[in-house]
Amino acid sequence: MSILVNKNTRVVVQGITGKEGSFHATQCKAYGTQVVAGVTPGKAGQEVEGIPVFNTVRDAVARTQCDTSLIFVPPPFAADAILEAADAGIKLIICITEGIPVNDMVKVKRALRNRDVRLIGPNCPGVITADECKIGIMPGFIHKKGRVGVMSRSGTLTYEAVNQLTNLGLGETTCVGIGGDPVNGTGFIDLLPLFEKDQETEAIVMIGEIGGDAEERAAAYIKQHVRKPVIGFIAGITAPPGRRMGHAGAIITGGKGTAAEKMAALEAAGVRVVSNPAEIGATVKATLGG
Amino acid sequence: MNIHEFQAKQLFAQFGVPVPRGKEIKTPKAAAKWAAALNSPVYVVKAQIHAGGRGKAGGVKITRDQAEVPGLAKELLGKTLVTHQTGPKGRKVRRLLIEEGAGIAKELYLSLLVDRDSGWPVFIASTEGGMEIEEVAAKTPEKVLREPIDPAAGFQGYNGRKLAFGLGLPAIEPTVLNPFVAMLGNLYRLFMEKNASLVEINPLVITTDKKLIALDGKVSFDDSGLFKHPDVQAFRDLHEEEPLEIEASKNNLNYVKLDGNIGCMVNGAGLAMATMDVIKLAGSWPANFLDVGGGATKETVAAGFRILLKDKHVKGIFINIFGGIVRCERIAHGVIDAAKEVGLKLPVVVRLQGTNAEEGRKLLLESGLKVDVATDLWEAAQKIVAMTGKKRKKAEAPGEAAHA
Repeated sequence: MSILVNKNTRVVVQGITGKEGSFHATQCKAYGTQVVAGVTPGKAGQEVEGIPVFNTVRDAVARTQCDTSLIFVPPPFAADAILEAADAGIKLIICITEGIPVNDMVKVKRALRNRDVRLIGPNCPGVITADECKIGIMPGFIHKKGRVGVMSRSGTLTYEAVNQLTNLGLGETTCVGIGGDPVNGTGFIDLLPLFEKDQETEAIVMIGEIGGDAEERAAAYIKQHVRKPVIGFIAGITAPPGRRMGHAGAIITGGKGTAAEKMAALEAAGVRVVSNPAEIGATVKATLGG
Repeated sequence: MNIHEFQAKQLFAQFGVPVPRGKEIKTPKAAAKWAAALNSPVYVVKAQIHAGGRGKAGGVKITRDQAEVPGLAKELLGKTLVTHQTGPKGRKVRRLLIEEGAGIAKELYLSLLVDRDSGWPVFIASTEGGMEIEEVAAKTPEKVLREPIDPAAGFQGYNGRKLAFGLGLPAIEPTVLNPFVAMLGNLYRLFMEKNASLVEINPLVITTDKKLIALDGKVSFDDSGLFKHPDVQAFRDLHEEEPLEIEASKNNLNYVKLDGNIGCMVNGAGLAMATMDVIKLAGSWPANFLDVGGGATKETVAAGFRILLKDKHVKGIFINIFGGIVRCERIAHGVIDAAKEVGLKLPVVVRLQGTNAEEGRKLLLESGLKVDVATDLWEAAQKIVAMTGKKRKKAEAPGEAAHA
């Protein structure tokens, strides 16, 4: 078991003929993911590493029964690409693109509301179920099938945590990057029930950062509904207020969204909060015992 | 991106939001000429810097005497203002906004931003204008009203009426009801069309002659939306930005200057923040946030070095790279070449992890450079702190106590 994606997931890559798209489509396929189609308007009939390219997502769905989309389309056209995937009946949309205007995401999020579709990202590394299916830009080799579910607003910091889990022999079930933008498709709070229900996931690692209140809302949910151990890390205790720290969403505004507030909220909900990011893996190990 | 008050008011005027008659002024001579043209009973001379709290810092002057305007302009131009938002160094005043004064009957607060949870734009309004809204929200939360706008339909009249009646506007001044609703519609249009991230009017004023007017104005923009708006890009004022941050942005690097003495170079924003945090845990303080991106090359590393070395407070450099798709031996080559190119003399700790990390570490050790290499994040942080000496930042960051 796992969440969101597994070895049966059939992936279409939007923007597959671009530099990023073709490179990562190839990498995902090499990991064992069923990358069955690509989309670039006007390039139907071409192939990328044996993956057929279609003009529209609708064509790709009709011809290959793909159910999940991975998007590498540049920022000005990414909102359009997400909505095209939803319109074509794709159930899980994973958008890697960084730099999509927030107001575009406002409209996309509204358009996807009450529809049977889940958006992960944008501005995220993607989703991976260890040893089964990699849909994103994360280095596959650091992941190992195991016991821990990981969800994070960051990219390389997630790899850091995953690497620790793998090296300690704990391994992962599914790792989800929810992205670093202020308005995104899926939050911690949406993933918690999935990990809680997943039989293979024994513990949940949650990697948050300054800005917004996704961690505070997750804390409230955890207190009410989550029985599995949750280990949390919040990046940015040293970040100054009012400054954007790389990610569009990583900013303390009006004194709200500080790392200290988030840590306190998580601790009050029974989450084991790690203040040293080098100790995430060891803390999970101590929590699970062995 | 932030802009000046006079620029925000130009945008307001363009979108039909009433503002006082005013003009950007750079010299006392121009001030005299504009004051004569303005010919108002009251003149307001306002320093234009990208920071709040200007009034308390002496950056706003009011006079009834037209002849005094050039003198006030002379006093403010070139002056360094220190407010709670500028830091102790303050900000030099290079531009003024000189405008007509207004007779104030009532001050309100109004802003518009995107609520991150719902993803909907939301108006925030209060009868407690002229005060910090965070303070009002903390002391009297019932006086802060919120009105979310459905982005599918956009702003509707009822959104405005809910706020107007909620604030008790008809009791304060019935004639401003319709102008208030129209103003909200115009602000929403500005917000969406120009990819703003914040529009704030504090105070929004009902004048003694029963007019509604934006007496102050603040607009910030979503950096990701700037490519659509050359007119907004033209508002950028490089004097308001840290020189090293300008250089970083030219090299497509994400850099934020801080006031510690360990320079950091990291790939990825989250890991860059976490690296700053471990430096603090190890007993020192980071000199900066620097994300060189996923594809750290020789060029980006060299640009990063140059920026870090220009900060005179930097006593040592901590490079933390998690090689994923980017292979560590390539990064090692980049670090070696860049270090030679810039003539690096400071102590450096390089921590490489991920793809081909072993190979990368070997290259660095054999390079002849004065670099220490590490595998583990905590080990690396302790090394660089030991090499540069523990020196804590004087002013502690917010949340410090809770974290300790």
